[in-house]
Amino acid sequence: MIDIKKDLPEIFEDFAENRQNSFLKVREVKENDNPLIGVFCKFFPQELAIAIDGTAVSLCSTSDETIADAEKDLPRNLCPLIKSSYGFAITDKCPFFYFSDLVVGETTCDGKKKMYEYLAETKPVHVMELPNKQSKEGLVLWEKEIYKMIDVLEEYFGRKITKEKLEEAIKIKNAERTAVKDFYEIMKNDEIPVSGLELWHVLNGITFEFDKRAVPKQLKDLKEKIFSENEKITGKPRILITGCPIGGATEKVIEAVENHGGVVVAYENCGGAKAIDRNVEEDTGDPIRAIAEKYIEIGCACMSPNPNRMDLLNRIVDQYKVDGVIDMHLQACQPFQVESLKIKRFANNEKNIPYISIETDYSQSDIGQINTRVAAFIEMI
Amino acid sequence: MYFIGIDIGSTASKVAIRGKIIDEFVIPTGWNSKETALHIKNKLLKDFNINVLKDDSIIISTGYGRVSVPYSQKQITEITCHGCGIREQFDYDLCTIVDVGGQDTKVINLKDGFVDDFLMNDKCSAGTGKFLEIMANRLNITLDELFELSNLGEKIKISSMCTVFAESEIISLMGEGEKIENIASGIVDSVVVKVAQLVKRQGIQGDMILTGGLSTNKFFNKYLSEELETKINSYSKGRYAGAIGAALIAEDKYKKRGRV
Repeated sequence: MIDIKKDLPEIFEDFAENRQNSFLKVREVKENDNPLIGVFCKFFPQELAIAIDGTAVSLCSTSDETIADAEKDLPRNLCPLIKSSYGFAITDKCPFFYFSDLVVGETTCDGKKKMYEYLAETKPVHVMELPNKQSKEGLVLWEKEIYKMIDVLEEYFGRKITKEKLEEAIKIKNAERTAVKDFYEIMKNDEIPVSGLELWHVLNGITFEFDKRAVPKQLKDLKEKIFSENEKITGKPRILITGCPIGGATEKVIEAVENHGGVVVAYENCGGAKAIDRNVEEDTGDPIRAIAEKYIEIGCACMSPNPNRMDLLNRIVDQYKVDGVIDMHLQACQPFQVESLKIKRFANNEKNIPYISIETDYSQSDIGQINTRVAAFIEMI
Repeated sequence: MYFIGIDIGSTASKVAIRGKIIDEFVIPTGWNSKETALHIKNKLLKDFNINVLKDDSIIISTGYGRVSVPYSQKQITEITCHGCGIREQFDYDLCTIVDVGGQDTKVINLKDGFVDDFLMNDKCSAGTGKFLEIMANRLNITLDELFELSNLGEKIKISSMCTVFAESEIISLMGEGEKIENIASGIVDSVVVKVAQLVKRQGIQGDMILTGGLSTNKFFNKYLSEELETKINSYSKGRYAGAIGAALIAEDKYKKRGRV
């Protein structure tokens, strides 16, 4: 069994209260000797972490605070998510990075893939090889990768991942996903009780709840509270945001929508519906196959072709009565940038609704332009 | 009743008055949009006897400085305003507007009088009025002279994608003793090609109309229509299209519901 880190970084005192609290909260997890696995992507099957009584936490950073540090090692014209995340890793500024016992990468893009090689110099890193296609062969590869991941976890943490443990973990994650889905579906209503930004903060915040079993009740209570508060948003253009991961610095796009008279009713990005849409089949007798089948179906632009993204978008546009699609791209994120034409054709030609793509990074330098574009887009609706 | 559109752009601020008076004027934006708005307010009072704080004027502001006009009743983006502005001169159902602005180049598709879709240049000044301005400054000539010269020269390929590097490229060409006409021609061509690419990406529907600062430049119109192989209508008041659009929207909204 490896030593699980329980101390705080030297720069702890420099952090704002918010981040200090995060450090303390995640240290509590460590004090119970529970493994913390830092991940970069929704493709990592979180059930595996739960099966060793651990937690998977997202290490995708969304602030430009550490980009300058990262640019010492990485090219400047790289995706801001990769730079920021790497920067947080090497500066001990992110509690989740700092306390991660193991970092798991996934080969979703070339930039990340190569970044993990440097990251491995500071942290133990395991990279799961993700197929490019949701094919039969792809599934075979992905299932093998999950077996390999299980071996790594068992050996690294000295805990056994049994079938029973996995079935239980599947049930826990399914309940969590169902609860999150049930929560964000409040936006299907004509009268919406929260703004899109508030919804986003809940969706994002809940991923940092380490006790996955507690999520359904928390969200149920929150939902009741929201509906009892009686705030109602109605009659505004209803916007869907899709594309690259959103959050942190790129909340500027959500704000631009809601400051100019629109409301974001749905997120198809990684942190939104994309990974939650489907559950893992329970009690199949082969939990690993069931997990592989669920996760490989995520409609990420790293898959080619990527019909599942279209399928999900299609359902969201109808169910949430979407009036316009904003496709947000992070600078230098080629898979999503190239796919943007497909999404535009789909929105304009098949769904007959306007589409706009917005490219941005983690700086605040383009807020003026984003506001003009988004405002004009909403005026058009 | 006066309906006033104020378009505060990055370089120039345009004002259009509709209603009892029909007129337009332009002033430089300067360094402070709030101050510009104040100048406009004073000028409206002095030259047109319009007190914007009184009830008989409805004001919509647009452009980058649209939030800096404290006395405007509403802010609308320049994209929507350019779309509406051209209807004074053109009868349209379907058209594509190209506005080469100081900071942005926009391609706007109109359908049934409304903006149907639009595309803007990415976070980069290549293919915008800014690029021409920087290059003309570098050659120490005016924008008009740049176009006059470009018509006399042979195109040199300027290969840099970035304005700053293109400037270095031009400095090198100057150092090599290249004829200024040829350099000017290369500069203009570089912008024409970039604007044309944006138009092609967006797709032309119906008539093409040029608005913005370059709309009355006969050379620019000629080069762009050659590049796109299509006729382009120039709008003599193209520079004011955003301001006129804002004033027309103010008028429409007021007539429909008594407020903007």
